[in-house]
Amino acid sequence: MAVYRRTYTSYSGPLTPAWSRSLVLFRYSRRKLFQSKLQTALFVLCFFYPLACLLIIYLAHNLSFLERFGNIGGSFHIDNRFFLLFVEVQGVLAFVLTAFTGPGLISPDLANGALPLYLCRPFSRAEYILGKASVLWIVLSQITWIPGLVLFTVQASLAGPGWAWDHLWIAGSMVLSSLIWIAMLSLLAMALSAWVKWRIVAGALLLAVLFFGAGFAQAINAVLRTQSGSFLNIVYLMGTVWTSLFRVENSGSISPSEAWLALLIYCAICVMLLVRKVRAFEVVK
Amino acid sequence: MSAIIQPGAADDLNQTVAAAPLTPVIQLQGLSVRFGKREILTDLTCSLRGRAIGLLGPNGAGKSTLINTLLGFYKPSSGSARVLGSDIRTETRRIRSLVGYMPENDAFVSKMSAVSFVQMMAELSGLPSAVALERAHEALFCVGLAEARYRELGTYSLGMKQLAKLAQAIAHGPKLLILDEPTNGLDPSARQRMIRMIRDIRDSRQLQIILCSHLLRDVEDTCEEVLILNRGRVAHYSNLEEERKANKRFLELETYGANGDFTEAIEKLGCECAVTANRLKMILADGVEVRDIYKIAAERDVRIRRLNFRRDTLEDIFLKAMGS
Repeated sequence: MAVYRRTYTSYSGPLTPAWSRSLVLFRYSRRKLFQSKLQTALFVLCFFYPLACLLIIYLAHNLSFLERFGNIGGSFHIDNRFFLLFVEVQGVLAFVLTAFTGPGLISPDLANGALPLYLCRPFSRAEYILGKASVLWIVLSQITWIPGLVLFTVQASLAGPGWAWDHLWIAGSMVLSSLIWIAMLSLLAMALSAWVKWRIVAGALLLAVLFFGAGFAQAINAVLRTQSGSFLNIVYLMGTVWTSLFRVENSGSISPSEAWLALLIYCAICVMLLVRKVRAFEVVK
Repeated sequence: MSAIIQPGAADDLNQTVAAAPLTPVIQLQGLSVRFGKREILTDLTCSLRGRAIGLLGPNGAGKSTLINTLLGFYKPSSGSARVLGSDIRTETRRIRSLVGYMPENDAFVSKMSAVSFVQMMAELSGLPSAVALERAHEALFCVGLAEARYRELGTYSLGMKQLAKLAQAIAHGPKLLILDEPTNGLDPSARQRMIRMIRDIRDSRQLQIILCSHLLRDVEDTCEEVLILNRGRVAHYSNLEEERKANKRFLELETYGANGDFTEAIEKLGCECAVTANRLKMILADGVEVRDIYKIAAERDVRIRRLNFRRDTLEDIFLKAMGS
């Protein structure tokens, strides 16, 4: 390494392809993410439930072992409800992980005015957002649909090809449900952190949007004697979409198509916020 | 994660470098930038080719807006501009790959060491990871942050942050370095260091520099060409090197015993003269030397108490431009 050089030298060597630049951002952001012990611990914690599920699937196919402890084998049904519960539990964990990690991705760059440094290079705003969001996508995928597919594969191998073929749609539902939730969470976390530019406040705001949003929705429903307040409850909307995807009966007041539409509108608002805020310099008109 | 190397891209850049001295660094053709109803830049037209170009102007003149427009951060409302021959509307990515930019405001990534920061920025400019690391070390050595390169940027003083910004701007080996108020917030000795470093980089002759500042001395110390902006318009363009050479013909004399006869004799040599009290300002005609003036003075028994080559400083040029 020629660190003894004290003068400026130009560079005329090879360059990496343009498409790989957002991977640079992914690599650095991911490294930074796991520098925090708390976030690493949280990430590890997210694998406990999938491990428990794995054990349940194993036990459900080994009834002779369960019979030693009495007649509890009947309580283990590996069906769509089992996988819906898996998605719901991992969804909650994904939310907690996002609340800790998401706001730290963009807000420090905005707070310290680093965006002109990124964007003065052959690197677009879309690539910047993509590079930052990809960290969340990968990390959240590792705790949601990827272990879900592992569970499905284990169940399919134990139950036989007949079961796997009949229930293949569950795998699709699991992946789709997780992807919608990941997209919603990452967009929300990034948009809020871009808006407030302060990591802690952005984390709190994310919690507020989901929890207070639910409370506010309930209050509107109760006061105005209507069900349209539920449109403000993102968790409820997501639950409606999930139950429809897992073919579980839903007695909710909002139809799945309405829930889909509402979620799409929320995503569009987040994208709009990001596009507005992730700029090298704000234009004051 | 390893990225695939694209050898063709570097050749492409090298061709640009070879062409750099021939093509103007900046070429503006009726460039206007408007934010809502406010017109920030109005009908800028010029072509700058110098190795170090100063962008001067009072606060709010539009210097930073011009730089941000050249980098593609703002869209021009009309007109066109080219940076190293590339159009700012259609070839933004190419321009950005040729440029190193040091912004005016505080800009850093917190909780990151200087070497990681500069390496990441170099990688984002397209350098392979190992090369980027090597050049990050070199750039930090070059700007004088070698000892502090493993420290987190958040712990740096303002002067060190300025140097780190300069390091990230040069790490990827740009062909054009844009410095926006590089001495902002620096104490006199840090300012001197920064100016010396900019001069060193300029003298390496491997890249061209645009220095944007409202501090006349910074520009005078480092630049060869100056574009003065005022209220979003080109107020004056000046080639400092040529001005310096031309100004060697300006003389200011303080005399005793001079009369109209002395002035008349000098004017007969073809020089232009202006008399104020006992001072005489003149522009020497071609072929006339200072010794001729002394000879005339001796013949007429005029004592020359002081003789100065009175050259216009950048401050004079700037004040004239502001006045116009």
